[in-house]
Amino acid sequence: MTTADLLYSDVETDLRASVRDLLNDRCEPASLLARVESDEPYDLELWHTLARELGAAGLAVPEELGGQGASTREVALVLEELGRSVAPVPFLGSAVLATSALLACDTASAEVADLVRKLASGTSTGALAVPLSTMADAEFPTAVTAAADGTLSGTVRSVADGAAADVFVVPATGPDGPGLYAVEATAAEVSAPVSFDLTRPIADVTFGGAAATRLAGSDRAPGAVTGALSTGAGLLASEQLGLAQWCLDETVEYLKGRYQFGRPVGSFQALKHRLADLWLELVGARAAARYAADTLARGDADAPVAVAMAQSYCAETAVHAAEECIQLHGGIGMTWEHPAHLYLKRAKASQVAFGAPGRHRAALGDLVDLPG
Amino acid sequence: MTTSEKSFDAEALRARVADVLAAHDPATTDRLAFLRARFDAGLAWVHFPVGLGGLDAPRELQSVVDAEFAAAGAPDNNPRRIGIGLGMAAPTILKFGSEELKQRLLRPLWTGEEVWCQLFSEPGAGSDLAALATRAVRDEDGWIVNGQKVWTSSAHTAQWAILVTRTDPDVPKHRGMTYFVLDMTQPGVEVRPLRQITGEAEFNEVFLTDARIPDAQRLGEVGAGWQVAQTTLMNERVAIGGNAQPREGGMVGKVAETWRDRPELRTPELRDRLVKLWAEAEAFRLAGSRLRQQLAVGQPGPEGSGMKLAFATVAQQLAALELEILDEDALRYDEWSMRRPELVDFTGRDAGYRYLRSKGNSIEGGTSEVLRNIIAERVLGLPSEPRTDKDVAWKDLPR
Repeated sequence: MTTADLLYSDVETDLRASVRDLLNDRCEPASLLARVESDEPYDLELWHTLARELGAAGLAVPEELGGQGASTREVALVLEELGRSVAPVPFLGSAVLATSALLACDTASAEVADLVRKLASGTSTGALAVPLSTMADAEFPTAVTAAADGTLSGTVRSVADGAAADVFVVPATGPDGPGLYAVEATAAEVSAPVSFDLTRPIADVTFGGAAATRLAGSDRAPGAVTGALSTGAGLLASEQLGLAQWCLDETVEYLKGRYQFGRPVGSFQALKHRLADLWLELVGARAAARYAADTLARGDADAPVAVAMAQSYCAETAVHAAEECIQLHGGIGMTWEHPAHLYLKRAKASQVAFGAPGRHRAALGDLVDLPG
Repeated sequence: MTTSEKSFDAEALRARVADVLAAHDPATTDRLAFLRARFDAGLAWVHFPVGLGGLDAPRELQSVVDAEFAAAGAPDNNPRRIGIGLGMAAPTILKFGSEELKQRLLRPLWTGEEVWCQLFSEPGAGSDLAALATRAVRDEDGWIVNGQKVWTSSAHTAQWAILVTRTDPDVPKHRGMTYFVLDMTQPGVEVRPLRQITGEAEFNEVFLTDARIPDAQRLGEVGAGWQVAQTTLMNERVAIGGNAQPREGGMVGKVAETWRDRPELRTPELRDRLVKLWAEAEAFRLAGSRLRQQLAVGQPGPEGSGMKLAFATVAQQLAALELEILDEDALRYDEWSMRRPELVDFTGRDAGYRYLRSKGNSIEGGTSEVLRNIIAERVLGLPSEPRTDKDVAWKDLPR
């Protein structure tokens, strides 16, 4: 754990600039607000540019499987930028969760490799059919069962990015025990409940005897699901960091320009100190998020500690930042027209994603010999 | 690249260390004689100039030298005992002292033969250091000083002090100060222990009554004391929170140890708070590593401003939690008798002491409130509070 690289490399910094340019251009708050109440909550054009032209969907996928051959460090960086813009693209569901699960299957099998290639190239979008709130240490999901004929039945609620998916990666239990399956979205019934998070809506997915391709059996499926959720938790920390950074930056700028009592409100110590504390929290969050991304990239033995720490810490930081953003903006922060609420909704929903902070702390306590 | 960087890589320094060790076997050489020889070989602080304990070498090579001497079992200068001299007085003397002063003062400072203390804070000048009132008045061959200083570590063992005084009360406060080196052993200096809430007295009050300072012991111009003091204070903040720590180093390790040793005291609520603080301590430990990695590649980040603030906040919460974990044992304290510890140890003694001592962490070396102002104004660029004291003569300030 002494060898962790906690900085951003030059390549990562260039990648950040490309993603940020794209998002500044195509994901500005006014159009985002218009989109969230439209019939197309996802910006699939933006997603395709990001996935296909910038190659972001296949960053952590080996080159021989059609990816960029980079690592979770670069994926984390993209998530920072997506969090900064609360961009409505299915990156977490497809490029992180579904792709991680697939990479833990036998990639020598044609079905797996083919699907990895499609997701990595952005020609197809995936989603992992588990509730977003599932924690990595949970029992293998039982919501979907596989029949002897290989079809799947059951309903999975609250699937992240499910509405944008072309294909679902589905954990299901069959006669041979746990397995991981691929189901075309056209073979499933996908409904969109009213989502608390407007920029990453959830979907309820029902499989009624849906035709499926088996990707992994009981030897690999549980580990693939656990690994994907753990990677998701560790990398979501970077999205939360990026979200928090936007909230801090936006609030600082607002307080410099907002005058009350004849002076910029940002000159009042009561407000400055709150922002200084928030800035400091982000210093810790950045170190924790980078550590998680780096240990995951290297398969370091300390990765479980890093993930539990980063997710518990950064989830709270993001919520705190979004709440401070609303409060310190005053009345304008409470309006629909100001984008701050999109960040609060994302932050709060992300706090329970992959398990709420208290659950990650319990896991962390077990990992570092602080028993309950 | 400068000549010095070319001539001193790690290998050249190792060879130089070997020469010192060969000529002065640590096993048979008197401690002080050894330290003087190390100083004279330029291996005390390699980034200092030649002839003043250094070699004009890059500062980061110091760790190579320290490791070589430690591996050979050589004595060190007990840096924790003389931290104020090493961390604050030395860089200031180096930057502002005359050649004669540097030659006279730096060697015994580094070897620890002469202990240094810092006479900055006063009862009426804490966070607002520039309000200080200790007066230095010109005499024919020097200065006569009267006033009171406070929170002075090591004053009772010090031969020398760095001192900031008011020399011109008629100009705004930042412009009327002058910085000196003061001989602490003279009759005009009275040191009294300052007892703290822990019961012990790490610090002192220092009363200066017609204390005398030759003009040759002035650092910087008359009236430039504030600028000179900034050098000292910047070096102080570099020193705090800059060190690498292992996981569970410091306060968090103490509380974790208590938790592991006392299973009968565990509750779910205490555990959640403990793990939360463990994660915070670890996040800021990693942030410290990150800061050092940035420095190593020549990209210093603003994170340094926050490290001391984070350290204080986390340490205080951990120490407070430990007492709650300890339940009935929290009702006891090891002893209240007035003691004079030679070294400050934030995590020493028992949990009650740690709790009380940690209260000082957010006050000493810049209060957490001042640090928040610094972060808000210098890192985030927020406007400063309106000031009413900047253009007023010091003597006319309300007090």
